[in-house]
Amino acid sequence: MTIAGEWYLALAAVLFLIGAFGLLVRRNVLVMFMCIELMLNAANLTFVTFARMLNDIGGQVLVFFVLVVAAAEVVVGLGIVVSTFRRRKGATADDLHLMKG
Amino acid sequence: MTSPLLAVAAATIHTPHIDYLSILPVLIMMGGAVLLVVVSSLVRKVLGISISTLVASATSVAALVAAVVQWYHVSAHGPSVTIAGAVAFDGFAVFVQIAVSMAMLLTALVADGYLRREGADGPELHVLALLSASGAMLMGEANDLIVVFLGLEILSIALYVLAASNHKRAESGEAALKYLILGGFSSAIFVYGIALVYGATGSTNLPEIADYLARNFVASNGVLLAGLALLLVGFGFKVAAVPFHMWSPDVYQGSPSPITGFMAAVAKVGAFAALLRVFMSSFGTLRTDWQPAIWGLAVLSLVVGAVLALSQTDVKRMMAYSSINHAGFILLGVQAATVQGVSASLYYVFTYLFAVVGTFAVITVVARDGDTGHQLADYRGLARRQPVLALAFVVLLLAQLGAPFTTGFLAKFEVVAAAADAHSYALAAVAMASAAIAAFFYLRLAVAMFSPPGPVGDVALAGASPSGQSAADGAATGAGVALAFAAAGDPFAEPASLAVLTEEAPEPDVATRRVAVPPLTAAAIALCVAFTIVFGIVPAPIVDFAHQATLLLH
Repeated sequence: MTIAGEWYLALAAVLFLIGAFGLLVRRNVLVMFMCIELMLNAANLTFVTFARMLNDIGGQVLVFFVLVVAAAEVVVGLGIVVSTFRRRKGATADDLHLMKG
Repeated sequence: MTSPLLAVAAATIHTPHIDYLSILPVLIMMGGAVLLVVVSSLVRKVLGISISTLVASATSVAALVAAVVQWYHVSAHGPSVTIAGAVAFDGFAVFVQIAVSMAMLLTALVADGYLRREGADGPELHVLALLSASGAMLMGEANDLIVVFLGLEILSIALYVLAASNHKRAESGEAALKYLILGGFSSAIFVYGIALVYGATGSTNLPEIADYLARNFVASNGVLLAGLALLLVGFGFKVAAVPFHMWSPDVYQGSPSPITGFMAAVAKVGAFAALLRVFMSSFGTLRTDWQPAIWGLAVLSLVVGAVLALSQTDVKRMMAYSSINHAGFILLGVQAATVQGVSASLYYVFTYLFAVVGTFAVITVVARDGDTGHQLADYRGLARRQPVLALAFVVLLLAQLGAPFTTGFLAKFEVVAAAADAHSYALAAVAMASAAIAAFFYLRLAVAMFSPPGPVGDVALAGASPSGQSAADGAATGAGVALAFAAAGDPFAEPASLAVLTEEAPEPDVATRRVAVPPLTAAAIALCVAFTIVFGIVPAPIVDFAHQATLLLH
């Protein structure tokens, strides 16, 4: 079975949009994190698809860069989430309202 | 006949040539950070602040020296690329290395006094700042979109932690979380932009993209234009251009003050360097497509930054909007898309670095224990208590405002001239109008410092230090607060309210409210002020430096 590359690109675009939309509407910080991961993985899927379409190994290598960066971001991010919400119940972004203006 | 296996074994793998001089400042910064971490985990006691400050400053100076050596090398041998084309070694890159290492040096000095005052220990702040600076440096010399991304993330991830580094203030963690979520969002958008550009052009290497675009007519390529737009959004977030600025007031307000200055300086230098290089060298042929977008970002940043800063009473928040306004000015040079424009942007970013790090050094000092006294009222009477500190602050504010005889004047003049030469007259006019609006809030802060420490100042101080307030002048306090709110609502009303307050006698405990200025912080402020005035009066060396850097762009 062969599937045209465009389908993968479309899937990646949909995943990216789900991630972006989720980040904007969801209020739980951990879910917002997952949405960022979804967006990064949509970019990864796009890289791999284009790499196959262009017959270029370079695009697949780039995925590793993105994966490493995403992992680093999650490590730091979860640390900050834990330290910020240690004294509160739940992890809702709406609780972050000390600063306004 | 050789077997295939033998042929494979005999084949040699050619590794790309690495010109170590080209990445020397980055290596020094990262090396300094790693050294500090390793030493601090090997020694039995907690590493003293003096030692970490010493290592961080020495590392910054070493990186600066390496960057100067680079400058002479590039001037003599011309620009080149190295590490398989991933890193550009040109005047532009070296300019960024020099700017970032200077910002790092100043921040290390300011952070020393801050850490002592806050009772923090350990080298974490210096380590993370060094790593963050190395990311900004990498962005300046990145010649490949994926290296830009790596630099951006090295810069940002360290900054997220730095923003959260003050455990005692709840705002600090909140700022970090907001920065993290929106920073991660912008990074994801940026990566998707890279993926789309890669798909459209077949490469992430900046010169290869430029080659492809020069050989093919792709004006109506939706994937490429979408990729370009997403890249611009990613950069817009990092430089805090409106409408991608919403994180910046909260993050600036919540982060520890020395870190806010570092963030404002280094993130702007790195992001603008990468923005200029990517858009000028790779997508120069598509400038008619991206210029209108930059135009819009610039106008919005100029207007929104200046107008919203007027109504702020928190000085750090005010500086956040001021920084948005500055991003608009720097975008003027990007929008011009000429050699003059790029050189004007570089000059602007370089002079802004000193003004903003110096400004936040003063803010750090004035904030006292706990990093809390950031209200406008806390600055009342500063000129009477500490005239030298107040004067230094005024000079730095005037530089941000763009007053003559400071570096800020020529910076603003150059970007506006570049916009006018590129026939963006409307943009130049908006920029000048926004500079006039911005003058109000800078002067409002300056006027607050030179007004006597009236009841308004006491109200804020009563919150910070209960000893500073006597209950007797309750009625006067009420009147003063009303006046202050009137002034806050309408900046034009400020002089009138001052006229009333000038009549009051200074408080008896004025001397006790002096804030301590640690010697290293004083040195950093003095450096910033000296730079601002000396190169404000004799601007030629820095202007030439920025111009040379632009001409040596690969």
